[in-house]
Amino acid sequence: MLESVLITIATAATPLLIAAIGELVVERSGVLNLGVEGMMVMGAVTGFGVAVTTGSPWLGVLAAILVGAAFSLLFGFLTLSLVTNQVATGLALTLLGLGVSGMIGEAFIGMPGVKLGTISIPVLSEIPYVGRFLFAQDPLFYISIVLVAGVSYFLFFTRAGLTLRSVGDNHDSAHALGIRVIAIRYAAVAFGGACAGLAGAYLSLVYTPQWIENMTAGRGWIALALVVFASWRPWRVLAGAYLFGAVSIGQLHAQVIGVSIPSQFLTALPYLATVVVLVLISRNRRLTMVNTPACLGRPFVPAR
Amino acid sequence: MEAERNAGGERLLDVQGLTKIFGALKACDGIDLSIGKGEIHALLGENGAGKSTFVKMLFGALEPAEGRIFWKGEPVDIANPGAARHLGIGMVFQHFSLFEALTAAENIMLSLDEKIPIMKVAERARELSKTYGLPLDPFAHVGDLSVGERQRIEIIRCLLQKPDLIILDEPTSVLTPQEADRLFETLETLRDEGKSILYISHRLEEVKRLCDRATVLRHGKVVAHCDPRQETAASLARMMVGDEVAAVRRLEAPGGIGEALLEARSLSRPAANPFAVPLREVDLTVRAGEVLGIAGVAGNGQGELFEALSGEIQQADAASVRIRGRDAGRMGISGRRLLGAAFVPEERLGHGAVPQMRLSENLFLSRFKTDARSLLGPLWTVRAGALTKAAKRIVEMMDVRKSGEDPEAAALSGGNLQKFIIGRELDRQPSVMIVNQPTWGVDAGAAARIRQALIDLARSGSAVLVISQDLDELFEMSDAIAVMHDGRLSAPVPISEATFEKIGLLMGGAMPERHASEALEKA
Repeated sequence: MLESVLITIATAATPLLIAAIGELVVERSGVLNLGVEGMMVMGAVTGFGVAVTTGSPWLGVLAAILVGAAFSLLFGFLTLSLVTNQVATGLALTLLGLGVSGMIGEAFIGMPGVKLGTISIPVLSEIPYVGRFLFAQDPLFYISIVLVAGVSYFLFFTRAGLTLRSVGDNHDSAHALGIRVIAIRYAAVAFGGACAGLAGAYLSLVYTPQWIENMTAGRGWIALALVVFASWRPWRVLAGAYLFGAVSIGQLHAQVIGVSIPSQFLTALPYLATVVVLVLISRNRRLTMVNTPACLGRPFVPAR
Repeated sequence: MEAERNAGGERLLDVQGLTKIFGALKACDGIDLSIGKGEIHALLGENGAGKSTFVKMLFGALEPAEGRIFWKGEPVDIANPGAARHLGIGMVFQHFSLFEALTAAENIMLSLDEKIPIMKVAERARELSKTYGLPLDPFAHVGDLSVGERQRIEIIRCLLQKPDLIILDEPTSVLTPQEADRLFETLETLRDEGKSILYISHRLEEVKRLCDRATVLRHGKVVAHCDPRQETAASLARMMVGDEVAAVRRLEAPGGIGEALLEARSLSRPAANPFAVPLREVDLTVRAGEVLGIAGVAGNGQGELFEALSGEIQQADAASVRIRGRDAGRMGISGRRLLGAAFVPEERLGHGAVPQMRLSENLFLSRFKTDARSLLGPLWTVRAGALTKAAKRIVEMMDVRKSGEDPEAAALSGGNLQKFIIGRELDRQPSVMIVNQPTWGVDAGAAARIRQALIDLARSGSAVLVISQDLDELFEMSDAIAVMHDGRLSAPVPISEATFEKIGLLMGGAMPERHASEALEKA
């Protein structure tokens, strides 16, 4: 029982985690891309379509990553090269993604999907209680954990990560040092898009292997909120995503058992709990100040 | 060394006819300048004379419209800051270009082209900091450091790139006298090692003391090349301004010192954030006709005191701040303004004025409560005519130089915007005036004008409180000087008894550079 609950929690948390860790890198570079939901849903429909057509879920995953990145580069071109407003452009990207995915996906509605299989690691997956949760999961679960570790290492222990953080902290100073602000932001935006696409593929190839219109159901927005409440720190994003997953699965069980609490309140509970917990762990104002990208959302136009 | 320099030595940099045009304004108009090896060359000029624009072209941050740059005899095209660094030109900016969220070592690492691990960077920074007497903790977050400490990081960062020419843009405008002395020693050491320095300043005494040659700019043109040691401060000032700078006159108050108009009683306040200083039982009294100066090393609670007096932060105890005999501790800014007080914060852009708003609009924002009758029409509409008239009056009174009829605040140079902001408050004839850093980064002519205006206000029967890090300024203006240290305010020292030494001791109440020097000892 515990094991299966843990696994469902992981399934709920993984797409949030993948999308959020991508957005974290974008925001650390000083760009606010509110189009996560749109890029995610594009990834979901592309992943499903390619997987069904070719029969290979891995090709679906790859296609979702590429489409997510391509979609984000559209955002990048508009906001970084043409210096449009990042908030408005991000919102437009979400609306565009929801619309285009609905159009592409019309042919796929009701079609049986292809599911990405699980990978069981021998011996380790036999560990009681947590073995199947940790070592007999779908491949994207492993990738999500590797992504968090990789992003954390990249940001805080590599020079490229330092450069990226410096661009997010003060783009004018970075430019004065000869750092290519716009190029770095393009790269960060593309990475964020790729992650959002991957998160979308998780929904349509693992979570529920079929295509349903608007199947992201607001997960892109939750991922965005997680990044902020986690004060732009990778391992906190992981904690937030799993907390959110745990409470949403927990409230489902509570509704099934028939706890006498209004179901609307239970449905809202995951959001509430995540916000409360992440606010509590961000109480250290000094750390929050150090971690908040000071240039977030500010357009960069070099003086010439 | 001396002889070699005077003989002209090797030419390091030669600039011919450098020109930069912004719209209708020729910010730099055919500037010629040459710097020899091992020379400290001063670039003098008032704010808006084109000094910053000129060095930005040297550093590749701006593209010249015309002119040629020769580096070690070769013509060069400096396309970006990276190219400048590659040639061996390093720059220490006036408004620091550090990343506040990163540590000192990370900041330094970012500017190095080679890939070195962070520990190695920290070690090399420590070595350099010892060699040049610039104490530094490589692992401190820049956001936690004082202005002086930040400048040291900038200088060490610049030195690590082993430049042949170091450009310093108004480096002492944020330093205490002791910090400035230490900086001069460092610069002299560097010169003796054969490095060249381009030193931008409008502080004439330090230029005379430090620099071998000087180029004076006015309105974007070179007006003179000279040897500052052969000139007097007055003759240099005349070249810069094109006119005599009036000395500030401090007359006795005609009616003598009157009743207390501004009082603080046991004013305390906990530290608002990890980077702030608490206020501890501050007592002060400023009487009609009097200028009280508050000295102190940056970051000892002066900013917090200003906020508590101006009402940006309100006090729980209403009697802790009294304006014209009324308890004002729990009043907001507008309430205190209505009692006749006026405030000028330290930061001009973003705090004293909204950068993207026009001067008249900025005027409205600070005065719509106090001057509601003249500025507001029926149904609280803005009376644009009255507003532009008032803005014009201020511009004329303070001699604010600007382009266009009613430009945005951000379009003015620092000194001119400061003149406008001070004038905006003076225009109300306030009975209590509180100013934080009245002439920070303002040129000599404008500074003299601002100081005189504040003294005149006091002599007409108002109480003036001036918070400043510039001791010369405080000695010039104040009737008494009190010193802020670690959130405490000393008893005021009457100007007749005040000496630099006395005030300096109070400023150093403990060791102002404790943080960094401890780090150095550990190293």
